[in-house]
Amino acid sequence: MFIEDVLAGAVRYGSSVIFATQGEVISERAGVINLGVEGSMLCGALAAFATASATGSAVLGAVAGLVAGAVLGMLHAFLVLWRGANQLASGLAISFLGLGLTAALGVSFVSKQITGLGAIEIPLLSDIPILGKAFFSQDALTYLALILPFALVFLLARTRWGLILRATGERPEVARAYGYDPRRVRAVAVTIGGALAGLGGAQLVLAYTLNWTENVTVGRGFVAVALVIFGAWRPVGAALGALIFGAALSLQLQLQARGVDVSIWLLQMTPYLLTLLVLVVTSRRQSQQIPEGLKAVFGGSSS
Amino acid sequence: MKPTHTVRSALALSAAALAMSTTLAACGSDSDTDSAAADGGKKSKIGVLYVGPHTDYGYNQAAYEGIEALKKELPDVEVISAENVPETAEASRVMEKMIKDGATVILPTSYGHYQPALEVAAKHPEVVFLHQGGPKAVKPNVGSYFGQIYEAQFLTGKAAGLSTKTNKLGYVVAFPIPQTLLNINAFELGAKSVNPKVKTTVVFTANWCDPAKQAEAAKSLLDQGADVLSQHQDCTKTIVETAERAGAMSVGYHADASSLAPKGWLTGAVWNWGPLYTDMVKTALDGKFAGSKYDAVFRVGIEDPTIAVAPFGAAVTPETKKVVEEAEKAMRAGELKPFTGPIKDQKGKVVIPAGESPDAAALESTDYLVEGVVGNIPQS
Repeated sequence: MFIEDVLAGAVRYGSSVIFATQGEVISERAGVINLGVEGSMLCGALAAFATASATGSAVLGAVAGLVAGAVLGMLHAFLVLWRGANQLASGLAISFLGLGLTAALGVSFVSKQITGLGAIEIPLLSDIPILGKAFFSQDALTYLALILPFALVFLLARTRWGLILRATGERPEVARAYGYDPRRVRAVAVTIGGALAGLGGAQLVLAYTLNWTENVTVGRGFVAVALVIFGAWRPVGAALGALIFGAALSLQLQLQARGVDVSIWLLQMTPYLLTLLVLVVTSRRQSQQIPEGLKAVFGGSSS
Repeated sequence: MKPTHTVRSALALSAAALAMSTTLAACGSDSDTDSAAADGGKKSKIGVLYVGPHTDYGYNQAAYEGIEALKKELPDVEVISAENVPETAEASRVMEKMIKDGATVILPTSYGHYQPALEVAAKHPEVVFLHQGGPKAVKPNVGSYFGQIYEAQFLTGKAAGLSTKTNKLGYVVAFPIPQTLLNINAFELGAKSVNPKVKTTVVFTANWCDPAKQAEAAKSLLDQGADVLSQHQDCTKTIVETAERAGAMSVGYHADASSLAPKGWLTGAVWNWGPLYTDMVKTALDGKFAGSKYDAVFRVGIEDPTIAVAPFGAAVTPETKKVVEEAEKAMRAGELKPFTGPIKDQKGKVVIPAGESPDAAALESTDYLVEGVVGNIPQS
């Protein structure tokens, strides 16, 4: 069925991006922009694939992807928070480092095959018309991607951890007054952000492409950064953006497979149009929603 | 600093970076020079540009293997190569650098390297440019070579048409350009020649290598009941593997990927560039390019070893093999032409009148899909 297929495609295509957006939300809510998401995703993808290929375990692969992504996140945190690097420059450098590094290290894995994460059908729920195939007949990491935004909403709003994180992002001096070092809190947030992006990369290769290709993410990490702003730094908003991103692609492919005339050029523009739209809209409303810490220049008020 | 300055810069930068990475990032990896060049530049140097990685089970791998064969044949030639060169001004920069480093022959191997190559060629009349797949060669020092691989796709189409159970073939394509349209048309014509009921559904991805998008495109075709998938992408393995996992069959493209699909692999239309690269480069380095057959536009058809049909897979029956092999023999002898009229386009309009079979040059302006193909050429 058409809608069912489009939705299933949207979830399949969007779930790796959801991970990356959630990571970026955590990082930015703590006050650090990380444009290195793409690099974390790529390193996560290669580490996951290489590990799954060597051990035969997709679960170990996912763990490796998480760790690899975290390492790049940590690198960004170190450069920005301890070495005073420009966060935008550092992030971009890390993304391109990830691209080059994985291209070089990944060569021998291009011809390898793995047993990926299989689909787990949830009894009864997977039979629900329209929604069943999309939301209850996926792999374990996709389920995690679908739950994660809600968990994050809870964590940010209801837990002490979330409060400290938000305080660090909004008023670092308050966090400091309560005995928390804003720099450390931010480092942890950026590292977790990188880890989630790495997990997104892992999902892409372990559950979706099931192979390693150089630059396998093709810019999804950068899309994720834009989607976080699109989602106004809210976990669910950003995740919805990722699903819309997936749906735009899925819709277009499903229409074509049915012989319907659609413009692929329009689809190619979607991420850019979305970004432009966000720039226009957010220039008005942004001032209230943007974490205060993102407005500050590092090395000044924050530490 | 304005309050939202950082955020907006981040957004603008990520959009710019996205644009870069979707057209594949320019790593500027012109590093693959052979090390033995120390003896005062005695060696001849050539420059090779690839649009993607050389390990893509596809277009770039086929070109790379051709260059590897050339290196064996011409050990005195030093190859400067650059992978992941986008089809932009970046390609001009890479070519300029290669020329500065001493290359006297440049092979830009991607269709979109054509315009940059023309620009650089105008500035360096002493350097020979051999462009892969370009529409024409308008400068005296530019040659355009390509092969009519669609002739092999006509043969693989026969294998697909005889093997399908659902009479639905799927075809994943990057962009609508004459070469991709010719391949789709030849594939459907081949299939229809042995199975009148067969239809080929086309999905355009607007990208030469995006594995996740390919997986999704393949799934969308499988969802609609296609049981044989073929493709025109630069990296081919995701679609072959996706078909295999779904229990469907696949027809490969560019390079042999049979090892990825032990059950469903039928065959594939593949390149064997080595002999042609070697001869072209030798001609150019000997100073004999001007006036040679490689000057201006050079095309090889299935009578040449450059165009090959990949080995058959286990899913192909002996009868099917026989049909394809006989047709291949007839084509290599010049007795069978895939585009022989009457051929109608999707709207039923006769595009090739009865009895006519246009030559390769005429076919290169193909801008239609033939009857039996489902799907539309995206309009710009």
